[in-house]
Amino acid sequence: MMASLTPQPHIATGLTDVAQPSREEILRVNDLTVSFPTDDGLVRAVRGMSYVLHEREVLGIVGESGSGKSVSSMAIMGLLPKSARITGEIFYRGDDILTMRAQQRRSLRGRKIAMVFQDPMTALNPVYTVGDQLAEAVLAHELIPRKHALARAEEMFALVGIPQPRQRLNSYPHEFSGGMRQRAMIAMAVINNPDVIIADEPTTALDVTVQAQILEKLLEVKDAVNAAIILITHDLGVIAGTAHRVLVMYAGKPVEVTDTDGLFERPRMPYTAGLLGSIPALESDVDDRLRPIKGAPPSLIHLPSGCPFSPRCPLATDVCRTDEPDLLGTDAYDHLAACHHWPKLARADDPTMYFRAESEIVR
Amino acid sequence: MSATASAAAPDLPAGTDEHLLEVRELVVNFPIRTGGVFRRVVGHVQAVSGVDLHVDEGETLGLVGESGCGKSTTGRAILQLHTPTSGSVRFDGNELTALPHKHMQEVRRDLQIVFQDPYASLNPKMPVNDIVAEPLKVHRRYSDDSPARVAELLRLVGLNPEHGNRYPHEFSGGQRQRVGIARALALRPRMLVLDEPVSALDVSVQAGIVNLLEDLQDELGLGYIFIAHDLSVVRHISDRIAVMYLGKIVETGTRHDVYNRSAHPYTQALLSAAPAANPKAERQRERIIVTGDVPSPINPPSGCRFRTRCWKAQDICATEEPALVDRGHGHPVACHFAGYRGSRSAR
Repeated sequence: MMASLTPQPHIATGLTDVAQPSREEILRVNDLTVSFPTDDGLVRAVRGMSYVLHEREVLGIVGESGSGKSVSSMAIMGLLPKSARITGEIFYRGDDILTMRAQQRRSLRGRKIAMVFQDPMTALNPVYTVGDQLAEAVLAHELIPRKHALARAEEMFALVGIPQPRQRLNSYPHEFSGGMRQRAMIAMAVINNPDVIIADEPTTALDVTVQAQILEKLLEVKDAVNAAIILITHDLGVIAGTAHRVLVMYAGKPVEVTDTDGLFERPRMPYTAGLLGSIPALESDVDDRLRPIKGAPPSLIHLPSGCPFSPRCPLATDVCRTDEPDLLGTDAYDHLAACHHWPKLARADDPTMYFRAESEIVR
Repeated sequence: MSATASAAAPDLPAGTDEHLLEVRELVVNFPIRTGGVFRRVVGHVQAVSGVDLHVDEGETLGLVGESGCGKSTTGRAILQLHTPTSGSVRFDGNELTALPHKHMQEVRRDLQIVFQDPYASLNPKMPVNDIVAEPLKVHRRYSDDSPARVAELLRLVGLNPEHGNRYPHEFSGGQRQRVGIARALALRPRMLVLDEPVSALDVSVQAGIVNLLEDLQDELGLGYIFIAHDLSVVRHISDRIAVMYLGKIVETGTRHDVYNRSAHPYTQALLSAAPAANPKAERQRERIIVTGDVPSPINPPSGCRFRTRCWKAQDICATEEPALVDRGHGHPVACHFAGYRGSRSAR
């Protein structure tokens, strides 16, 4: 690798280098709703979410804090507290996870559907060595000698790029840096050859150089174990570089679902356009003003009537305040958006322009 | 103000060609002590190791780097919130490191800070009006006109003055950050140190704060030190940029120099690692992955501090520390093997 005369840096594996998704469905979520009763009223965290995940696909779920993106994935894993009220269907290869017997469900969780959490320091147990914790993930599902489980853990450490894997198995989580801990989390997630990896903000707590390492590893292990990834993030930049398809969440509902290029080039939901207008360009010195979305996301207890985005939306009309739009096909049949006025966005040269006038008035 | 300032430093003429803020050779070390009775010093965390920078009125200097690189410590040491171990911080002709506490308080009128976490930096037991008025009281500027001034400040940062008697928990994150900015502006400062002011906010809210900061700068002619790890926000708001790694500035220049003509391998790796919200460009460009993590600032590598993760590193990098000088790239770079990478500038 270092044979050439001028030394070259290591260039990351990108989305074009990994195996492409097939059309086979492995996960189908149908009209999932999750709500939590509280003293102040019912918090409707997820209000009807449907999507399909294909084999080897990276599906990005993006949304701001409180949009329900994490709660919906916790529902798939069965990690929500008992007080949560869940309805809908979640099919894993044809079987509904929500109606399964607890034992059946346990055998899926951590084996066929694995999870990488945001904060590896709280997700790992501080009083056990990482090796023990990886071995436990194996032994929870298989009756094999501990030694074999540890050998597998060592293999996984090598796979995720932890140097000296054998020695590092005996380390405790606090001896690892943030990036190393997240690698250990990924190793734990893939140790049972899962079909689906749910990565919930896997790089939010990390610096950009380490984030790049971790995202590359995620794509590499995806190929190594032939899994699909649900990548939950609030960072559209991460989505742009690592997801095949994207689902945008707002106030507990998907508001736009499409392939990554379509989302960035042809947003059909004003919220997506607003998000895109809020991000400063990294590639240019153009001093355009940012175009923020006015206001704040709605309370999930007292949702506005009609479209939940209508109070913040520059395109909103009377119909938006009375009828909540369904997630339907737009100009492309697989480009879904929940907006009464998507044709207006389709006609605009720059969909973020609707947010401009307001940002200019704000003083 | 000017009377006391010249009294504190009488030997300094009010130079017209001086920068508003000038930092030279700033060093901040934090002692590491044992847990015993004597609390012996067993080492030092070298948080900032010789930083030079300057900011003029109406100008924004972006300070970027990863966590632990000393960017926040630099910001706080400028305000003397951390006592610098050595080096000089000159603000408006005053040497702050030698200034007695009483005079320092007067300087703070002109030099204010906005903190990262709008949840932690506002007193939850005070209504917003009192929070914004507090600097006026501390500096004995509170008078009968002050309630009107507070209302004016709230309007300036885009908040409704009628909400001034509400408490911080009644506001959203973005609104709280606006309160923090209003408080920093209460004494009509000339310069703000913005320590990750938008990092804790959602993108749609973040854009509003960035716009507000730009408007305030145009209106009031403030100088900004904008500390952040988000490279796209820094590029958007800054005139000049300094890239920090492990307590040192490795590359500095105008925004164009640093982003389009970066010559330090660390800057190149940092920029290429930052994800851009453009899927086509993301697929085409090379993303440099530097190996490993940032070394400990307790015992930094000899010579160049980036050499342990650098693909260009050779023997000289371990023995000789590269100085931050212009090496024919039009802006200062601290690397023995500085050079452009073709692919980046082609983007």
